[in-house]
Amino acid sequence: MTLARVRPRRSALPGFGPTLGLTLLHLSLIVLIPLGALVWKSSTLSAEEFFAAVTSPRVLAAYRLSFGTALAAAGANALFGLIVAWVLVRYRFPGHAVADALVDLPFALPTAVAGITLTALLAKNGWIGSWLEPLGIQVAYTPLGITVALIFIGLPFVVRSVQPVLQDLDAELEEAAASLGASRWQTFRRVLLPAILPALTTGFALAFARGVGEYGSVVFISGNMPMKTEIAPLLIVTRLEQYEYAAATAIALVMLMISLALLLAINGLQAWANRRQAA
Amino acid sequence: MSTADWTLRSFAEPPPALAAARTEPAWVRVTLIGVALCFLGTFLILPLAAVFVHALQEGWDVYVASITEPYALAAIRLTLLVAAICVPLNAAFGLAAAWAITRFEFRSKGVLVSLIDLPFAVSPVISGLIFVLLFGLQGLLGPWLREHDVKIIFAVPGIVLATLFVTFPFVARELIPLMEEQGADEETAAVSLGASGWQTFWRVTLPNVRFGLLYGMVLLNARAMGEFGAVSVVSGHIRGQTNTMPLHVEILYNEYQTAAAFAVASLLAGLAVVTLILKRLIEWRAGRRGGVV
Repeated sequence: MTLARVRPRRSALPGFGPTLGLTLLHLSLIVLIPLGALVWKSSTLSAEEFFAAVTSPRVLAAYRLSFGTALAAAGANALFGLIVAWVLVRYRFPGHAVADALVDLPFALPTAVAGITLTALLAKNGWIGSWLEPLGIQVAYTPLGITVALIFIGLPFVVRSVQPVLQDLDAELEEAAASLGASRWQTFRRVLLPAILPALTTGFALAFARGVGEYGSVVFISGNMPMKTEIAPLLIVTRLEQYEYAAATAIALVMLMISLALLLAINGLQAWANRRQAA
Repeated sequence: MSTADWTLRSFAEPPPALAAARTEPAWVRVTLIGVALCFLGTFLILPLAAVFVHALQEGWDVYVASITEPYALAAIRLTLLVAAICVPLNAAFGLAAAWAITRFEFRSKGVLVSLIDLPFAVSPVISGLIFVLLFGLQGLLGPWLREHDVKIIFAVPGIVLATLFVTFPFVARELIPLMEEQGADEETAAVSLGASGWQTFWRVTLPNVRFGLLYGMVLLNARAMGEFGAVSVVSGHIRGQTNTMPLHVEILYNEYQTAAAFAVASLLAGLAVVTLILKRLIEWRAGRRGGVV
C-alpha cells in the first residue's frame, strides 16, 4: 500500500461543471422530484388520517408478513449463503465454475419469471409440491411460499458479500490457530467467523432490505389473501387500483422510511466491514 | 482414484503440513459441498430448468406460436424499446457522475453517492407509485398534462421513467469505485500534454473503464428488460400497447395459458443466462471478481 496519495484540491482536469450538472439534473428529474411527490401526497393527509391509514389491521398484518418472511428468508440465506460461499472459495469440485456463475441468477432472472416458476414447482401438482403434499406440507399460497421466493431473491446478496472476504483471509491466522492447538471447529468459531461476521451481517441486511420490498417473485406464490398472505407492496398496489392514492402513499411512506433506515444501517455495516478488512 | 480426491485440492496448495491447518476432514468437506449443491440445485437449477420444460410442455408448435403472436411480438418490441432508451441514458449519467465524483473534490460528496444508491433501497412498487403521484390523473401535474393532452401514466413514457428510476444506480455504482482506484494520474498527464477534455475522455478514461462500463450496462440491461413491479404500476396493462414482456407473462399466467406464459418467460430466462455468461466473460477478461450489485 502506498503512503497517502496526494490529490490536489483543485483538479487539473476539465469537465467538473458539465458532469456534476448533468448528474444533478438527471438525479433530480428521475429520483428526487418523483420521491418528493410521495412526501407531497402524504402531506395532504391529516395526522389522524395518516395514522389510520398505516395502522388498520389489514395494513399491520401486511407489514408483519413482509418483515417476518423477509427476516426468515434472510436468516436462511445467512446460513446457506455462508455454506455456499465457503464451499466455492475453499473447495474444488466438478461443476464449480457453473455453480459460482449461477449464484447470480436471481440478479439476472426477471422477478415475474422467478415468481411463476417457483409457484409451478411448489404447487400441489408441481415437481416439488407433489412430493411435499403427502407429507402435509403446503408451500405455495402460504407464508412459507413467500419465504421460499425471498430466499431465491436474497441468496446472491449473502454469497457475494461473504465470498471476497473469505478469499482475502490471511492463511497465517488459521495456521497460527492450528499450531497453538486449536481444533478446526475452534479455529472457525474464534478466528474465521469473527473475521467474516461484518460481511455476513451486511449480506443479511441487504437480503432483508430487498425482501421487504420485493413484489414480482412473491405476488404469484403468495395467494394474496388479505390478513393472511398479503404482503405490504401488494397492498399498495391494491389501494392504487381502488384509487385510494393517499392511503397507498401513506403505506409506501412508512415502508420507504424503514428502507432508508436499513440503507443507513447497511452503509454503517459496510464501513465496519471495511475497517475490519483494513485492520 | 478415491472419491475425496477432487475435494482435497484446496485453493492455493500450500506445503502439506500447513495445508492440514487450513482444511477439514474429508467427511466435512463432502457434507458441506453436498449441502451447498443441494441448496443451489433446488433453488437455482431446478427453477431455471422448469422454465424451459414448462415452455415446451405442449410442444414446439405451441411454443413458436406463443412467442410469435401479435401481442407477444408487441411486448418484445416494447421491452427492447424501453431497454434501448434506458441503457444509454443511465450509462451516460453513470459516466458523468463517476467523472464528477472521482476526479474532483467537493462538499457533500458522500450525500451525492448515497442519493445515487437510493433507488436500490426503494421497493419496485413504490418506484412506480411515485410516477403515478406525479403524472397520474390525480397527480401533481395530472391536470396540466390532461389539458395539454400528454399521456405519461398508462403509456410508454411512464414505463420508461419507472425503468430509468429502478436502473438508475447500476453503471455509476460500478464505475465510481473503479475510477477511484485507478486515480487521475493518466488523465492529468494527458491534459498536461495538451489533450482536450474530450480527447482525454475518449483516449484515456473510456479505454481504462471499458470493462466496468460494459459490466454495469449488461446488468442494467437485464434489469431494464425484466423489471416487473415498477412497470406494472404505471403501465395500465394495455395489450399491444403498454405490455412489456414480464407483464405479458403475468397476463398469460393469470389466464391459465401456462405454456404460453412460460414460452415468453423462457425468452427472459434465456436473457438471464446470456447475462450471466457475459458477466463471467467480462470478469474473466478484466481479471476481476464480481461483487454485490
